[in-house]
Amino acid sequence: MTGQAAAEVAQVAMPMDDPRPGRRIRLLNSGVSARVAWVLRALSVAGPVAAWWALSAGGLVDPAFLPSPAAVWTAGTEMALSGELWSDLTASLGRIGLGFVLAVLISVPLGFTMGALPWAQALLEPMVGLLRYLPASAFIPLLIIWLGIGEASKVALLVLGVVFFNTLMTADVVRQVPRRLLEVSATLGAGRVRVASRVVFPYALPGMIDAMRVNAAAAWNFVVVAELIAATSGLGYRITRAQRFLQTDRIFAILVVIGLIGLTIDITLRLLRGRIGRWAA
Amino acid sequence: MTLRLDGVGKEFVPGTPVLADLDLTIAPGEFVCVVGASGSGKSTLLSVIAGLTPPTSGRVLLDGEEVTGPGPERGLVFQTASLYPWRTVARNVGFGLEALGLPRARREERVGRLLDEVGLRHLATALPGRLSGGQQQRVAIARALACSPRVLLLDEPFGALDVQTKEDMQLFVRQVWQDVPTTVVMVTHDVEEAVFLGERVLVLSCDPGRIARDLVVDLPSARSLEDKRSAGFLALRAEVEDLVRAEHRAHQGRV
Repeated sequence: MTGQAAAEVAQVAMPMDDPRPGRRIRLLNSGVSARVAWVLRALSVAGPVAAWWALSAGGLVDPAFLPSPAAVWTAGTEMALSGELWSDLTASLGRIGLGFVLAVLISVPLGFTMGALPWAQALLEPMVGLLRYLPASAFIPLLIIWLGIGEASKVALLVLGVVFFNTLMTADVVRQVPRRLLEVSATLGAGRVRVASRVVFPYALPGMIDAMRVNAAAAWNFVVVAELIAATSGLGYRITRAQRFLQTDRIFAILVVIGLIGLTIDITLRLLRGRIGRWAA
Repeated sequence: MTLRLDGVGKEFVPGTPVLADLDLTIAPGEFVCVVGASGSGKSTLLSVIAGLTPPTSGRVLLDGEEVTGPGPERGLVFQTASLYPWRTVARNVGFGLEALGLPRARREERVGRLLDEVGLRHLATALPGRLSGGQQQRVAIARALACSPRVLLLDEPFGALDVQTKEDMQLFVRQVWQDVPTTVVMVTHDVEEAVFLGERVLVLSCDPGRIARDLVVDLPSARSLEDKRSAGFLALRAEVEDLVRAEHRAHQGRV
């Protein structure tokens, strides 16, 4: 290094020579203690509920627009006791069960093939990638023309809304299997079918369940959307009925039920992933 | 088994050969170490022998039979353990035997013997994520040995280990080589390791990779870590280091 260059380096270094003493640098992702985390979690639910309660109790908002938590609770128990909540719930759960299983049965093999075979990727990705951007809800009128107003069009909407996303997400997960693992498997005498079933599939399974978990939330949304139009049962249908009679308390009660069911689906898939993907933890 | 490379060349990008005109014969039961500066194509060489990378020119022959793809008679171990993380240690070792279609009882018996050989019987039911780096490499070696390979290919197998573990593993791999009738071809950038382990050390040149020097290691076959301090060892090590360094300098000058 020349003398001049050394001098320049020294000059550049100058501002760094005087760090403020006692200044603590915190990592962006520094941890939170378990107790603080639980308090924050409780706050995350209790905060909005308290705000809701305060808003309706303060009499600032017309109860026809925003019913009180107590009124929602009463409306909910009424619906539960009359039995209509359960029949609507069964109808909605039946639809998501059928539609989501169908979507998984189509998208997982399709996505797996796309992720594993480059030619399948080239063949399918442009179309699947395009279809994904068409909003499934915009297909409702078409689906009604094609399939009528019965169950078929509702299940089809759900499948349409989920299948493309889940295909692409599955393909992504499958592509992430390390090349070294595939190479080693080949040197151990495993053919393509064995590598696909005994190496790629188990490696990708936790990620595929993650993808399903994300898309189950979308599926649950689509069930309710499908039931808002031309349905005679289901939670979405119950919402439109309540709207006709301005029963906002019932609408709120159903929304709470929808949220709780969604949460249950999410937790179930999370537990399943935790069990199957124990090795990845 | 005799492994023969006959005018092997490899170009990933046309016009820039990584390996060129490589002729090499390895006798049955030899322990050959391949050293070279980075960019000498030593890992590519191993990949070509494994059948994972098809050569652009020339042939790889195993007992006169041309290698056209990967197979269990040429076991491969990478630097970072490419174990199946969802399989237990025992089921990792048994993977190749499953592919061979060995019945369960015979498979379990063979896996048990291999775990004894690598000293990991007590961890048979553990998942790879719980093992140390050295233990993971032992599993990877046992898994490759399960298929009774005629050649064991090691691609910088101890490159990611700390110095003490690495020494343990060097003694371990010598022991395995003496116990199991297999040829070993090991790629490493560590010259000391190459001289300590190999019966023969190949130095690769750079741009393209060719065999610059083929040296016989004249050390007793029962080796201990003390041998690393013997005059003969140090002289050979210095000779190889000089060769590798010269290749490295030449490579740096060209880029």
